[in-house]
Amino acid sequence: MPKAKITFADIEQTVSVPVGTRVIEVSERVGSGIIYGCRECDCGTCIMHVEEGWNNLSEPSVLEERVLRDNMASRHDRLACQAQIIGDVTVKPA
Amino acid sequence: MKPHPNVADARGAVEFAPQVYWIGAMDPTLRTFDIILRTANGTSYNAYLVRGSDGVAIIDTVKENFSDEFFRRLESVADYSEIRVIVLNHLEPDHSGALPELMTRAPQAQLYISQRATSMLKGLLKPRGEAFSYRTVGTGDTVSIGDRTMRFLHTPFLHWPDTQCTYLVEEQILFSGDVFGCHFCDSRLFNDKAGDFRFSFDYYYAHIMRPFKQHVLNALDLIEPLPLQIIAPTHGPILRDRPERYVAHYRELSTSSLAGEISAHEKSLIIFYMSSYGNTARMAEAIYAGVEEIEGVRVSLYDLEGGEVEPFVDLIEEADALLFGSPTINGDAVKPVWDLLSSLAVVNLKGKLGAAFGSYGWTGEAVRMIEDRMRGLKMRVPVSGLRVKLIPSEEELQDCHAFGRDIAAILTGRRDPRPVLDLADLA
Repeated sequence: MPKAKITFADIEQTVSVPVGTRVIEVSERVGSGIIYGCRECDCGTCIMHVEEGWNNLSEPSVLEERVLRDNMASRHDRLACQAQIIGDVTVKPA
Repeated sequence: MKPHPNVADARGAVEFAPQVYWIGAMDPTLRTFDIILRTANGTSYNAYLVRGSDGVAIIDTVKENFSDEFFRRLESVADYSEIRVIVLNHLEPDHSGALPELMTRAPQAQLYISQRATSMLKGLLKPRGEAFSYRTVGTGDTVSIGDRTMRFLHTPFLHWPDTQCTYLVEEQILFSGDVFGCHFCDSRLFNDKAGDFRFSFDYYYAHIMRPFKQHVLNALDLIEPLPLQIIAPTHGPILRDRPERYVAHYRELSTSSLAGEISAHEKSLIIFYMSSYGNTARMAEAIYAGVEEIEGVRVSLYDLEGGEVEPFVDLIEEADALLFGSPTINGDAVKPVWDLLSSLAVVNLKGKLGAAFGSYGWTGEAVRMIEDRMRGLKMRVPVSGLRVKLIPSEEELQDCHAFGRDIAAILTGRRDPRPVLDLADLA
């Protein structure tokens, strides 16, 4: 299975994961500061900022884009409960 | 004849520059504002009217239940049909409360708000089920009403994402929104006539603007070059006597005081702890000694039992890293730790480095709970907390020492890169 690396900048930790893994499946296991609320693309609690590899995450759905907009997310912010890792990427809590 | 206006008696607008009027409302009996702020003598909701050669502009409104006073003052100097421009510098309900009714009475008027105010406008108008057309503006945008020009300044997070200031070019008046405001109700209206409001001014800054100091400094960069005759905020006295000193005071309040105490390349790390039998204290001292070994970190050690929350909050605001030590008592961290961790809404903690430690007797939940709290406060917690069962052994004190060194190394960027983990190996 192809692998990709995700780096959590807040704790300076890189993890190798199978392509397609959601960020939520990794961040809590390594103690990153990304925090979660509903875990299902509704509340916006898990907004994270993508420092590098913006194009190496799955495309946001219409619903995710709406949640990001409603929560006044900045450019290059995503929801950690939705974004799937498809290439090397560096993220941190927004 | 009174030497100055007393708006408690005056029912109409108060002109304070040629064709520029105060049309706000006084709320002298208010004692608590927005849950978090106390006020000993109420507040004012300042709104303004500017008349130009081609129409009238209204700048901000009032809290909804003060609408009658606002409209009465407005009607004393203008007809609704003359209003061409409505500016809202900030959409919090104490300034937007009369907006829907004003838009109904002056449907021809164009509403100007900041880009970030749009979603808030929708949220505020939701219960009424109506929508208003508006234009969004940013720094440098202008709107004129004939011989009067209003220039906008994008000043977000002072103290909401939507906030902006509006500068009346010809009269050099800054309509500053909540910036330079305070909860101080004085019917004499102007800073050279009102009572001593220094405490209220600083208290308001400390609770409203302080969490956004960098945004304040960014805004001051826009405001300081402006020639200023008058600052007209949305709460408290209108600042017409030497307004520039309030701008200077804001810069002073927003500038780091720690910067004068430690060198620019040093980081400040503070260890706070509570200890019931001296075990968590011994851990704290060992961590302190570990931090001390790393060059470029100025470490401070505080026993929470000997201090009070407010000065500790001041220290926390300027620190780069914060360590909290707590024993676990009945499955929880101890109250003084929570008291401190629940008093930090007035300071910006985002990105500060945090860590937790503590001795425990049975289960040791305190450390994880403190870590969760720090993450919730948007601190980064790069090292898993350190827990010791009851009395720390020499070996465990060495672990504490290494823990301190490790955190200080991360803080100064000296820690060796961590090995890449594989997801399959994580529990």
